[in-house]
Amino acid sequence: MSFSVDAVRAQFPILATSVHGKPLVYLDNGATTQKPQCVIDALNTYYSSQNSNVHRGAHYLSDVATAEFEGARQVVADFLNASREEILWTRGTTESINIVAQCYAREQLQTGDEILITAMEHHSNIVPWQLACERSGATLKVVPVHDDGSLDMEAYDALLSERTRIVAVVQVSNSLGTINPIAEIIAKAKAIGAVTLIDGAQAISHFPVDVQALDCDFYAFSGHKVFGPTGIGALYGKRALLEAMPPYQGGGEMIERVTFAASTWNELPYKFEAGTPNIGGAIGLGTAIRWLDNQDRVALEQHEASLLDYATERAGEIGGLRLIGTAPNKVAVLSFLLEGGHPNDVGQLLDQQGVAVRTGHHCTMPLMDRLGIPGTVRASLSVYNDKSDIDTLFNALNKVKTFL
Amino acid sequence: MSTSEPTAEAVFNNPFGTRITPDEVIDTISFFDDWEERYRYIIDLGKQLPEFPQSLKNEELLVRGCQSQVWLLAREDQPNSIVQLAVDSDALIVRGLAAIVLAAYNGKSSRDILAFDIEHYFDQIDLLKHLSPTRGNGLRSMVKKIQLHAENMSR
Ligand SMILES: Cc1ncc(COP(=O)(O)O)c(C=O)c1O
Repeated sequence: MSFSVDAVRAQFPILATSVHGKPLVYLDNGATTQKPQCVIDALNTYYSSQNSNVHRGAHYLSDVATAEFEGARQVVADFLNASREEILWTRGTTESINIVAQCYAREQLQTGDEILITAMEHHSNIVPWQLACERSGATLKVVPVHDDGSLDMEAYDALLSERTRIVAVVQVSNSLGTINPIAEIIAKAKAIGAVTLIDGAQAISHFPVDVQALDCDFYAFSGHKVFGPTGIGALYGKRALLEAMPPYQGGGEMIERVTFAASTWNELPYKFEAGTPNIGGAIGLGTAIRWLDNQDRVALEQHEASLLDYATERAGEIGGLRLIGTAPNKVAVLSFLLEGGHPNDVGQLLDQQGVAVRTGHHCTMPLMDRLGIPGTVRASLSVYNDKSDIDTLFNALNKVKTFL
Repeated sequence: MSTSEPTAEAVFNNPFGTRITPDEVIDTISFFDDWEERYRYIIDLGKQLPEFPQSLKNEELLVRGCQSQVWLLAREDQPNSIVQLAVDSDALIVRGLAAIVLAAYNGKSSRDILAFDIEHYFDQIDLLKHLSPTRGNGLRSMVKKIQLHAENMSR
């Protein structure tokens, strides 16, 4: 397979649009990725010719919708190397983590137990555990990060103990791009009998993930960060753990039989899917993942790596630019500060030039506190970005400097 | 604290509401036809606000709802019963936008402050029309804080 970034770009209609009269340069992929035409078409097809409620049988359309919906679940399962009963549809990473925090941590943990996270977690992988700790009496422990934004693995080893019941770690930092050594983290957690959850929100679009090879207990991600729609995501959980967990919410779909005296739960994965699910979203996500799976993933990774190298090199040529997050193992994320400018100033002045970046704390306030900064400007790249996007970014930054 | 820092008195020493009026701001901004000139003008306006000493950059003076930090200080000038305002921010553009708000309110009586049609003013300034809700919220909570001061003073 030969790789052409132009051929990839051409599949994303939004990339041909303009903002403030300038061609859009979209560098906010960490917040959400754009959608290829096939995903847009899948949503359109679903709502124009397949829309129906699922698992209710009784008529043709319902059977079509159910087949598409469950087919998408199988696509996600294959993509992660899991079985379909272990893939729960959720609203996204946040809900996936909350399910584990509420239905596992809150139920199983007690005073004296510890939950271990890292200093680079997204608020979505902090707050659910804080809530679970409040209810269960468990304690939250935090693995520190080095100044370059890499995880302090010696500290991890030291913090891991027989009190550690859950290790919940981000695979790729959304603020800095750091790739954490999760295989090692999981293996060490397993060795002391802790349950592991991986926040894969920022990893899933960048490189293949195999939950069996990793041997993690839970894996969470969001559809909208992997070229799919918003409002849909998934939680992978090992069957035995999911079987033992109580349901998350009660309602339709998740029951086997209801009487006023008691109800019994449906089998996996439906036990965790109360109410009519986001059917269109799931089908869209299945389409997105099939699209990604059909690309030459090695070529995509090489492309992103070369973009990161080029961007890092250009960043070094800009006086007053300070990179935040320089870990040796990174995805294509460039977080930085520009001397004399608040991140919001830089972001607004880039926006005027058609360049979309994110500014602020990126929902990682404790990490910003640790690094002693109010926030950063973050350019996060994806497969459809090219060298000219990076040139536009840095030309625009040179112009921003004339304002500061 | 270093002795060279401006005193609480000095932070009120700005030209907004006196030398720089809302009409002047509207006229100047509508005169520019490209975004660069508009933003440079707004940032320059912000530079005419004296910086707050560290002691004033406190929780009490912080305006909630801003993406960047904004501090607002208000006092009543007793004999003439006018409201004096000072504002600072850690971001250049927000500082300039805050100066634009001060052009409308600083050195006015509380009655004039409460009577001023701020939405109409914002509508006439292109940049403010297009403020995203999050950015706009910060400015609007600054306006609310000023109006609240005016209400308390007129009581
Ligand atoms: C690392 C990480 N975890 C969790 C989330 C939350 O994802 P969502 O808002 O889609 O639930 C994000 C999104 O920004 C993220 O980057």
